[in-house]
Amino acid sequence: MAADPPFLAMHGICKRFGATLANDDVAINLERGDILGLLGENGAGKTTLMNILFGAYAPDAGRIEIDGTPVEMTNSAVALRHGVGMVHQHFHLVARHSVLENLMTGRPGRHGLLDRSGALARLDEISAHYGLDLEPDRLAGGLSIGEQQRLEILKALFWGARILILDEPTAVLTPQEARRLFKALKAMAEKGMAIIFISHKLVEVLDLTSHIAILRNGLKVADLATADVNNKAELAELMCGHALTPPHRAKQQKAGPVLMALDGITAGGRGRQLHDINLTLRGGEIVGIAGVSGNGQQELADVIAGVEPVLSGHIEIDGHPITDPDPVKMQAAGIGRVPEDRMGTGLITGLPLADNFVLSRAGQAPFSRFGFLSRTKIEQFARRQIELFSITAAGLNIRTGTLSGGNLQKVLLARELAWKPKVLLAAQPTRGLDVSAVDFVHEQLLAVRSAGGAVLLISEDLEELLQLCDRIAVLYEGRIAGVVDRKNASRNEIGLLMGGAAS
Amino acid sequence: MISLRLEAREQPSAWLNLTLPIIAIAATLVLCAGLIVLAGANVLEAYGYLLLSGVSSRFNLVETLVKAAPLAFTGLAVAVAFRAKFWNIGAEGQLLAGAMAAAFIGGREGLPGWSLVPLMIVGAIVAGAAWASLPAILKVRYKVDDVVSSLLLNFVIFYAMTALLDGPWKDPLSGYPDSPDIRAAAEFPILLARSRLHLGILLALIAAPLVWLMMRRMTLGFSIRMVGENPHAAAYAGIPIGRVILVTALISGALAGLAGAGEVGGIHFQVMAGLSPGYGYTGIVIAMLARLNPLGVLPAAFFFALVVTGAEAMSRATGVPVFLAEVIQGTALACMLIGLLFTSYRVRVRRMHHG
Repeated sequence: MAADPPFLAMHGICKRFGATLANDDVAINLERGDILGLLGENGAGKTTLMNILFGAYAPDAGRIEIDGTPVEMTNSAVALRHGVGMVHQHFHLVARHSVLENLMTGRPGRHGLLDRSGALARLDEISAHYGLDLEPDRLAGGLSIGEQQRLEILKALFWGARILILDEPTAVLTPQEARRLFKALKAMAEKGMAIIFISHKLVEVLDLTSHIAILRNGLKVADLATADVNNKAELAELMCGHALTPPHRAKQQKAGPVLMALDGITAGGRGRQLHDINLTLRGGEIVGIAGVSGNGQQELADVIAGVEPVLSGHIEIDGHPITDPDPVKMQAAGIGRVPEDRMGTGLITGLPLADNFVLSRAGQAPFSRFGFLSRTKIEQFARRQIELFSITAAGLNIRTGTLSGGNLQKVLLARELAWKPKVLLAAQPTRGLDVSAVDFVHEQLLAVRSAGGAVLLISEDLEELLQLCDRIAVLYEGRIAGVVDRKNASRNEIGLLMGGAAS
Repeated sequence: MISLRLEAREQPSAWLNLTLPIIAIAATLVLCAGLIVLAGANVLEAYGYLLLSGVSSRFNLVETLVKAAPLAFTGLAVAVAFRAKFWNIGAEGQLLAGAMAAAFIGGREGLPGWSLVPLMIVGAIVAGAAWASLPAILKVRYKVDDVVSSLLLNFVIFYAMTALLDGPWKDPLSGYPDSPDIRAAAEFPILLARSRLHLGILLALIAAPLVWLMMRRMTLGFSIRMVGENPHAAAYAGIPIGRVILVTALISGALAGLAGAGEVGGIHFQVMAGLSPGYGYTGIVIAMLARLNPLGVLPAAFFFALVVTGAEAMSRATGVPVFLAEVIQGTALACMLIGLLFTSYRVRVRRMHHG
């Protein structure tokens, strides 16, 4: 008797976008109970492959089989009908609906009537089966990020998912929440589900998965059992095709003068978002801001960038008080700004690449004289920075949005660092970047530090903070819950502070 | 079964980008051919009259240029505003504001004759800009939707104007609801003897490259494009968004106001209810067809002027109603908007198996 066909099989998947082959003859096999880690640098084709499985793109070639039966994933509704569910990085919840109502979205009962009791029974059944509990009557908008993610998972299960795709699910979680998620995922796998886990965090992949598939330039370059992997360096090498040397972090610098002092800063939503922040940054140090997303990081970054009005408190940059900060004043005072949302805030993706190098300085000499732009000066400057930061771009006047994520972040850094900032604000500077781009960004932050500048690094990645920072301040509900020195920082202590436990 | 679906292109198609206006016009002519058949005329013959009679004689060419001038100004007005995503649907009203200012100044007896034409031009610029500043202030200060406010202000000024023309501003000589004629010294100079080729046409020809220069080479244009592309990122960079929108509105209104000055100083020498046959609205079609490029506005304005002049000749010769010209305008806008979709999406045809 022939062996049973695999639970999920993707055969010879090809997808071409213009000149790039996003997926080149990729095959994936998945059995019930498998947790597959899908790894690859940005642009390697992970998202394309999952979009094909979830019905967002049609493959140019190849086929998908579930239990040996060929299926056509023409859209996400069809994918759901075949038991494929996906939890995206950004949640799709209706904030003003309850947990139960969110589950029932798109699933009206018979005769156009809502089947509330039926849904409730089904939720109970799923919760009991997988150990994922959530009160049915709470409003989705009132859930924590971890709970919202659980609701997204419940939604997929509610709709009958037997194969669950999770796209970077731990980016928004505390270490404790991540551990809880992994427990739930392992339980789901034990009950016979198959899980595909996309992540950049190699430690997590090694911890959670049973198999690992690695994509590079659209090709599947490795498919191995997690048990056969020795260390994360091996995975990193497979992902980018060459060995990586993590950036060297010089020993403790001699602390320089105070470059930025925040004194009792309160801001955002009548002072509720950010409250009484006291923080000093000295030359030659990287200060990290840890915290679960939504605890005031955005407001803190915006205050320093000059776009969020300060309700009370004082800011001093290099000894000079700044009254009523705005973007122009803050930049003139020596703040370099790398905002969290590089595509939507830091760069204007619809404009030509060269223009993005001078967004805030186009009106100043040497880029402009008597109200007229000097294209030559702008392009000279852009060309120099592109070379200095080895940015890969097809030309100076291409639409900026066509660059890869890593190159976009390089453009931002190249622009901000060109003016030798006294303080560099870097908000989530490596989020969504691949391993080599992450290393590049880290190198740049460390270079600012060794040149005697200060860096404020806001990150949700504890590994990153522990690797780079001299001190880490933890934000919880808009206040600094504690500041931990590098010498005696422990993941656990920071994790507890992130969760609101008093130090 | 066959299904069609749209898939995002990685990069907008460069080839489509360039040829889109021509494709849109071709598609428009094909679609409108059905109406000509319904009117019982020969399609090729009708289109021959429509597209060629506007250039078939010196007189007709001048008439086409005379119609192209206000269209170029309103097209430029809309192109500038839309770049900042200030949705100025009010070029029609700003044109009327400019026309009223020009007619008022042109009729002042106390002013020296030589000063009338320059003062009319300045007055029209100021009036058009002032009228356009209203929706901009409402948008910036109170977040009032600019589409609605700029559109509705067209009716406000139109009916205010007709009220004036039927009352205090009525021409006492004719008794018609028209304003008194401007003074002879206020009439725009004629560029070509024994024709209506007036100063306004020259102004439009000069304005287009100046606007292009402003948008492409000046810091102001850079700010306008930043605000239009991504106001959030522009604010982050320190651009004063509200001020940029307001300045954009002033420039846009000034350009539309110039259209009104030309109509009063070069064609009608007075204001009356029928002063503009919707030049302000056609300006939107023209700006879209020109992909908001100020230099592209000139050929686009010429094309629609051609259609408007040709429509009368076509109607006389073949009996197809002149309203076809307006159908063509609307259809061209729709074709252009649909075409813009295809520059960023491609259509995929696939066979579906049901199993």
